[in-house]
Amino acid sequence: MATALAAEAAKPALPAARRLILPAAIFLVLALLPVAAAFSGQQYLIDLATRVMVYAVAAVALDVLVGYGGLISFGHAAFIGLGAYAVGILSAHGISDALLALPVAIAASMLFAWLTGIVCLRTKGVYFIMITLAFGQMIFFVATSLAPYGGDNGLTVAARNTVAGLPLLKNDRAFYYVTLLCLLATYLFCRALVASRFGRVLRGGKENATRMATIGFTVRRFQLVAYIIAGGLGGLSGFLLANSTEFVSPAYMSWQQSGELIVMVILGGLGTLHGAILGTAAYLVIEEWLSGVTENWQVIFGPLLVLVVLFARGGLVGLGTTLRRGFFGGIGNG
Amino acid sequence: MAEPLLRLQGLCKNFGSLVVTDDVTLDIDAGEMHALIGPNGAGKTTLINQISGLIAPDAGAVFFIGNDITALPPETRALRGMSRTFQISSILPAFAVVENVALAVQARLGSSLRFFGNAAAEPELNIPAMAALEAAGIAHRAGVRAAALSHGEKRALELAIALAMQPRLLLLDEPMAGIGREETERLVDLLLRLKGQLTMILVEHDMAAVFALADRISVLIRGRLLTTGSPAQVRADPQVVAAYLGEQME
Repeated sequence: MATALAAEAAKPALPAARRLILPAAIFLVLALLPVAAAFSGQQYLIDLATRVMVYAVAAVALDVLVGYGGLISFGHAAFIGLGAYAVGILSAHGISDALLALPVAIAASMLFAWLTGIVCLRTKGVYFIMITLAFGQMIFFVATSLAPYGGDNGLTVAARNTVAGLPLLKNDRAFYYVTLLCLLATYLFCRALVASRFGRVLRGGKENATRMATIGFTVRRFQLVAYIIAGGLGGLSGFLLANSTEFVSPAYMSWQQSGELIVMVILGGLGTLHGAILGTAAYLVIEEWLSGVTENWQVIFGPLLVLVVLFARGGLVGLGTTLRRGFFGGIGNG
Repeated sequence: MAEPLLRLQGLCKNFGSLVVTDDVTLDIDAGEMHALIGPNGAGKTTLINQISGLIAPDAGAVFFIGNDITALPPETRALRGMSRTFQISSILPAFAVVENVALAVQARLGSSLRFFGNAAAEPELNIPAMAALEAAGIAHRAGVRAAALSHGEKRALELAIALAMQPRLLLLDEPMAGIGREETERLVDLLLRLKGQLTMILVEHDMAAVFALADRISVLIRGRLLTTGSPAQVRADPQVVAAYLGEQME
């Protein structure tokens, strides 16, 4: 009896196949994009999509913190910057192999996440936002004062990382697919993470901290582990960013960049993971398009974001539901 | 005499100039059903909060299974065998009902640093969770989002969470508050069945339930322990009748 009921209860609200459609479609489009670009001869598409995927790696990780953990980290760009600087600084010293640069990029970000997370997670709510912002700015100013590595101006990376001595990342299309693989791995890892026992504790902490404590969970420990994991993925994003642009700058870890990442995640739909990819794509594509129309593209982009937050609470992923409710249930009920 | 399961020793707590716990010393024996009664504002919930660790006392000590736990956080107390329900139901609203309970099972099993594998499909978690839901009488709602439950069902869910922890000591903070006659009767039946299997402290205003269930009753007035005794002793105590029971029994 109990077993049958448990199996019944374990059934998700939506059939698994239906929930897979959107993520599968996103990755299918990304996989086929270079083919389309080759046929239409629009090379810039590959550059834009690479940029989207690089930032999406960080955005998906941020969604684990914000959407599943309720931890609004306003310093996520710091991890991207650390990963990028790891590549840049190693390269400046003649070390340009990914087999070393990638682990260093990820480890440096995880270390920073661990050290700052211990402090940040002693706070809650607005204070958590402020303290993550403060640590982000701290590392930003450290980067601007790194005179041997370009200071304010940043530094040029001599060439893309080699992999075990082979120039596998040199070709733009090859680099595109490597980035796609990194994004896919990040997505699948985070998807497994949030459904796991660990992820359940993380989600529980967002829901009701008192209840979690009284059933025996020290939620802060789990939040710290999540923060370190998200930091490491930010480092991966930074590694990819430095390699794609062949340039490293303090601007990668500015607080504006952290804010943009949060906007990307919210725009796509919090707590969905693939929403973060959609949000990143939407943000960067709209930015690209609007900045071609007018120099003051933010004037249009700002109100657009306000509309999304007001009328499409679920972000782009929830748009279908929002529209259905709007048409059939009246907007007031949404 | 055997050592009590829980010992409160000279507990004091003030909120500003308001004395909410005034030198409370009390032993709870293993297996006992101990009711805590008193008028609103007597400091019953504050006392429960000090036992479960959500509030630190200003003075005094709490001993649980022979150990001083006064400085321990609620999560450690929970893992040592103390579980509780809240006056205002405290659940995880976005989680399925069964997931609420499975999480308590997971806490007890102590293997939560697993990053892979779908927790929602694990029989190791779901089967004990379903058993607790059945004991609390809401197994039929297992797949529903906890936020969608009625008030009474949320209370039952909280009890299922508490039971799934397999506690030595169960703290019940007004479990009958705001639920219907029928649900109250069902809850009393359930608590009667649990009686003897685990130690319980029951804070409750429903005197019929209290006198039906309790082995001993303590009366708290303005933070101070007025008396502790058997139901018959307490009912006959003129002080208690004057201070509290008089208005309740009318």
